[in-house]
Amino acid sequence: MAAPYSKDDDSVVVIIGSGAGGGTLGNELAQKGIDVVILEAGSRHEYEDFINDEWASFSQLAWTDARTTSGTWRVAKNFPGLPAWIVKAVGGSTTHWAGASLRFQEHEFKTLTTYGKVDGANLLDWPITLQDLAPYYEKAEAKMGVTRTNGLPGLPGNNNFKILEAGAKKLGYKECHTGRMAINSVQRDDRNSCQQTGFCFQGCKWGAKWSTLYTEIPKGEATGKLEVRPDSHVLMIEHDDSGKVTGVVYADKDGNKQRQKARIVAVAGNSIESPRILLNSASNTFKDGLANSSGQVGRNYMRHMTGSVYGVFEKPVHFYRGTTMAGIIQDEAKHDPSRGFVGGYEMETLALGVPFMAAFLDPGAWGREFTTAMDSYANMAGMWLVGEDMPQESNRITLSDTKDKHGMPVANVNFDDHPNDIAMRNHAYKQGMAIYDAVGATRTFPTPPYPSTHNLGTNRMSEKAQDGVVNKHGQTHDIKNLFISDGSQFTTGGAENPTLTIVALAIRQADFIAQEMSAGTI
Amino acid sequence: MGHHHHDHEHGHGKGRAPLTRRRFLMRSSELTLAAAITVTAGGALLNAPEAWAMDVKALKPETMKTLIQLARDIYPHDKIADRFYAIAVKGHDDKAAADGAHKELIEKGIADLDAAAGQGGYLGLGWEAERVKLLRGIEETPFFQAVRGDLVVSLYNQQEVWPIFGYEGESYSKGGYIERGFDDIDWL
Repeated sequence: MAAPYSKDDDSVVVIIGSGAGGGTLGNELAQKGIDVVILEAGSRHEYEDFINDEWASFSQLAWTDARTTSGTWRVAKNFPGLPAWIVKAVGGSTTHWAGASLRFQEHEFKTLTTYGKVDGANLLDWPITLQDLAPYYEKAEAKMGVTRTNGLPGLPGNNNFKILEAGAKKLGYKECHTGRMAINSVQRDDRNSCQQTGFCFQGCKWGAKWSTLYTEIPKGEATGKLEVRPDSHVLMIEHDDSGKVTGVVYADKDGNKQRQKARIVAVAGNSIESPRILLNSASNTFKDGLANSSGQVGRNYMRHMTGSVYGVFEKPVHFYRGTTMAGIIQDEAKHDPSRGFVGGYEMETLALGVPFMAAFLDPGAWGREFTTAMDSYANMAGMWLVGEDMPQESNRITLSDTKDKHGMPVANVNFDDHPNDIAMRNHAYKQGMAIYDAVGATRTFPTPPYPSTHNLGTNRMSEKAQDGVVNKHGQTHDIKNLFISDGSQFTTGGAENPTLTIVALAIRQADFIAQEMSAGTI
Repeated sequence: MGHHHHDHEHGHGKGRAPLTRRRFLMRSSELTLAAAITVTAGGALLNAPEAWAMDVKALKPETMKTLIQLARDIYPHDKIADRFYAIAVKGHDDKAAADGAHKELIEKGIADLDAAAGQGGYLGLGWEAERVKLLRGIEETPFFQAVRGDLVVSLYNQQEVWPIFGYEGESYSKGGYIERGFDDIDWL
């Protein structure tokens, strides 16, 4: 068969979501000749349609459908309806991401073994190792054109990076560079190189930053084996009496319910929507939701330990010019419990425009303490702190009493920081402020976490079925033809931005699905 | 997070001839805060030095005038003219026109502030610190949260204020910053 596919075609692989996981898996399967339908809740905006304006772009791309929040995290107070800043569009959050593409460290696949038991944390070793994933990291880096791999040069450093680098040197940090970025430093893959436009988060209008929207998806479509159906919001997954999944029910752009049959279903809707779909698919056979015999669906929600530090200097910086994530310090990414916490964190430059700086510098703040900071906007440098947070069973996605326009319960995101997260954040704030102080900052700001961009862990991978939702291939322990293909598979979060690992896992999963389909086991 | 865009100018009375400064001063016998803003006989707000006027359709004009000062007290930027604060709070008048509950929220919020300020009301308090002290006492109220939560977008999302902060906005049409100073720092 060739795309487009009939809704009654039960030979297709249905993938829910078109981001780093779903978009990559779809292309990889299509390249192998497998028929794929990707159902994407959002619309398709090609890269020339992106908008260099923060709020207007947010309206175009962000997931703004209702969600609710609970727990002691500050996001629940300042942004109660917006737990996460992620995307509802073809390409998913690969339209919005900054491009940082870092491999996990070896020990980050073995946190329980390495860190030991941590009170209140639900640590577990991944059922795979760095060695298992290394060949797929190589494929992902080649596919995405990651700088500083495969002979690709690093991106040039902007003003924000130069300040970070100068401070890093003063503090004696050794691992500071302009990052391993899935942003073209040279023209390649029929795409432009970076023009230092400064709107990475708003979608790259040059197409220089890797996004499934204009790489994986059109390549898959060119095979005739991939159909991407936008404005198709999946409500639930259906199964037969044997417990195998048979297809999905989705709402089309007019809100009408449609049923797409499937041989295999792969869920890649991000760590908030993916468990929501499984929980909303509860049936008489699976009363607690699909693939939830462990009770772990929705649990162990991780969002990375995050925070930001901004510094004000005597002279102009214009940090909004150029790549948003323009450089990194990796010295603190190691596991060194002498710092008072397990795991580590990365320090990466970050810049926001005036509209978002006002919203996020110190949410809820007002008066001259706040506005004098804004008055120094042109003289600011900024960095984002991102580190491993502890999986906790009580940090979880559940179904809310609030319903969406299709009548389905929306996701509630409950989150409390673990003491380890807080200790790490305080260390990172101190180091971040020291970096800017070392270059002459007149004022620094330890800025609280934004709505989550790295959503992880809610359908985690485990060796044993009782400990998690999926096996080492992302196949659910309970249902052989149901897969999870996004960051919700992560057993633990690592210190690194997750996209490269999501892509590597998707490439690996495609090999497994093709092999099992050939063998006739699914 | 609520958000909206101010792509359109609200109530810039470009068709109105600004009053002469002398006549303006003659009419403004009660000079206080938001001093440059007067309420016209027709119930509009007029800012003669900045040469703008704004029709007020649902809220009391005096409420709108106080709201403009309140906005400046919440996000005080001495280099930003009144008109930007007026544009930023105009949405409350639009919303009040469509939503009686919102009108009540704003009118009562301002009335309570005036009452708490004593004789002369909120605008009679001469020092920002005095007004801010009052505001600290109400910052958890739905009224204050509604005003501040809207304002953080409606003030800072005006493209006309960005240059005041040194922010250049859209850059794609200019080819990004690769040839325009992305790495021009010279003081490190």
